[in-house]
Amino acid sequence: MESSKVIHAFYNDDEVLMDAVKAVKAEHLHIEEVFCPFPVHGLDKAMGLAPTRLAITAFFYGITGLSFAIWMTNYMMIQDWPQDIGGKPNFSWWANMPAFVPIMFELTVFFAAHLMVITFYMRSRLWPFKDAENPDPRTTDDHFLMEIPVDNNEAKIIALLTNTGAVEINVVDKH
Amino acid sequence: MYQFSGKLKTFSLALILVGLVGIGYGFYSAPKTVEEAKEVIAQQASHGDSHATSHEEVSVDGHKEESHGENHASVDADHSDAHAEHVLHQLKNKPWSAIYVALFFFLGTTLLVLAFYAIQRVAQAGWSILLFRVMEAITANLVPTSIVMVIIVASAVMHWNHMFPWMAEGVFDPTSPNYDPIVDGKSWWINVPGWAIRSIAYLAIWNAYRWFIRKNSIKEDTANDGGKTYKLSYNASVGFIFLFMITETMMSWDWIMGLDPHWFSTLFGWYVLSSLLVSALTVIALVTIYLRSKGALPGVNDSHIHDLAKYMFGFSIFWTYLWFSQFMLIWYADIPEETTYFAMRFNEYNFPFLAMVVMNFVFPVLLLLNSDFKSVPWFIVIGGVAILFGHYIDIFVMVMPGTVGAQWAFGIPEISAILFFLGVFIYATFSSFAKAGSVPIGNPFLEESKHYHYYNIEHRGEGSGDHH
Repeated sequence: MESSKVIHAFYNDDEVLMDAVKAVKAEHLHIEEVFCPFPVHGLDKAMGLAPTRLAITAFFYGITGLSFAIWMTNYMMIQDWPQDIGGKPNFSWWANMPAFVPIMFELTVFFAAHLMVITFYMRSRLWPFKDAENPDPRTTDDHFLMEIPVDNNEAKIIALLTNTGAVEINVVDKH
Repeated sequence: MYQFSGKLKTFSLALILVGLVGIGYGFYSAPKTVEEAKEVIAQQASHGDSHATSHEEVSVDGHKEESHGENHASVDADHSDAHAEHVLHQLKNKPWSAIYVALFFFLGTTLLVLAFYAIQRVAQAGWSILLFRVMEAITANLVPTSIVMVIIVASAVMHWNHMFPWMAEGVFDPTSPNYDPIVDGKSWWINVPGWAIRSIAYLAIWNAYRWFIRKNSIKEDTANDGGKTYKLSYNASVGFIFLFMITETMMSWDWIMGLDPHWFSTLFGWYVLSSLLVSALTVIALVTIYLRSKGALPGVNDSHIHDLAKYMFGFSIFWTYLWFSQFMLIWYADIPEETTYFAMRFNEYNFPFLAMVVMNFVFPVLLLLNSDFKSVPWFIVIGGVAILFGHYIDIFVMVMPGTVGAQWAFGIPEISAILFFLGVFIYATFSSFAKAGSVPIGNPFLEESKHYHYYNIEHRGEGSGDHH
């Protein structure tokens, strides 16, 4: 953003916020960000955000975990040291497959879950010593904030937002 | 109001007729004497069938003919006669078993639709109200299948068939050559009068609830009595679920596990339940998709379909979990008295036994994992047909090894029995659906069901105004 100026519009109800988002989108204005204290159902659709692909990554992580489990059980129990342990058949991986299913299942879930969570942290830029990004502490408690970049149309945006039931409208410099 | 079309009626009646002819042919072509059985054996031997090596497993598998195994080495001629007689029994069982598998599949599936419906009422589910009339219509199939079951029970009691080895003569009699001390030790539970009385009691309980809840559900539409009728339905459903869990478990012992009286498994009742439950949900989904495509289900949207598909997916995995738990525990410990059950299935039923795991697990998981696919009707139809056929095979592999052993085949008697019960199912379901309004207008959760929306999917053919 060249202008480096943004408008912060505050709302104190998620229904009002949803209507405001729709009104702003109807004017073809760009919404930079919306800050909410809790998930608002349908907000992503109203803002026109692309659906997440996190589930797709999880599927491939799961396949990775399954492959790892098959490789590990085959290498350890069949290839490396095929001991007779309690009469279990270790002539081939298939012959002893049922005994490996619990670890195959658990590693599939383990890889899918943990790698997906790490992916989520990386994609949403979350880590322990990260500086918080909320522009106003009230947005974590009981206020909703919509951020719209200004591009020589400050008066028009303020007029529009006033009509949408905003409880406070601030023009601030974005650093 | 839905109209049961003449075309569909003719189709179902044709299925029933073709099925009846095929069932009759099955009984007609079954061998009646030992000589005919010997001919069959000779034919199989000349075809290079693996049967000759397998009959010993059959004998150990909980059949009363265990004595064959003991004297076959000493007297060869005797053995060949005894073997032929054994095969004759199995071949005589074939047409009965063909009916029994299809009957149990349709009866059980219908019963689980009823149980799922009771659960929806007790859980006060908000999404499924629009599907209540579909579920009620499907449960109408409980009446004809119960009647056939009564006939089968009666025929077993009258010794017209030999599906249950413990019913054979002399099994409980220490002086008889047929005496079986293991089965005799269980005779406090598996005896003919007790078995028959229990069988009738299960059917009576299920049909009584179905009759009551259907009547009360229609009464709800016009009751307007401050929810009194609704609460009565609720209470009856609570009672039914309690009775259902008990009768379902005992039914699986009596009707399925009793076919292999030497073998037992503690999670068998759950296993049968899961198989029938996933079939029931698939049947609900398929009938719903059909009726919706005919415009008979106003208000049913993609989210309802999506929910049913989620249940199909989830309970397919639940079935696999129980199937594998039962198999793996027995495979791992490998105690001979338990392992014969799976040894028989691996040796004689290898292909259906393994194919059903693909159809009931791998296929549904890959097809129904994606959230978008779960609301695409033709995806669900493909997955659903695979699931239904897979669970038919599941019942087949539960029943056949105990009754016909290595003499199994999937031919005219089996297909005819499926067609017969499919025809009965279609006739019962759709004629019942046409008898009441397709929307249960008196249900307090109806509005919620009409506006049901699962956030994650895009509905086709609906405006965005329907979403909120």
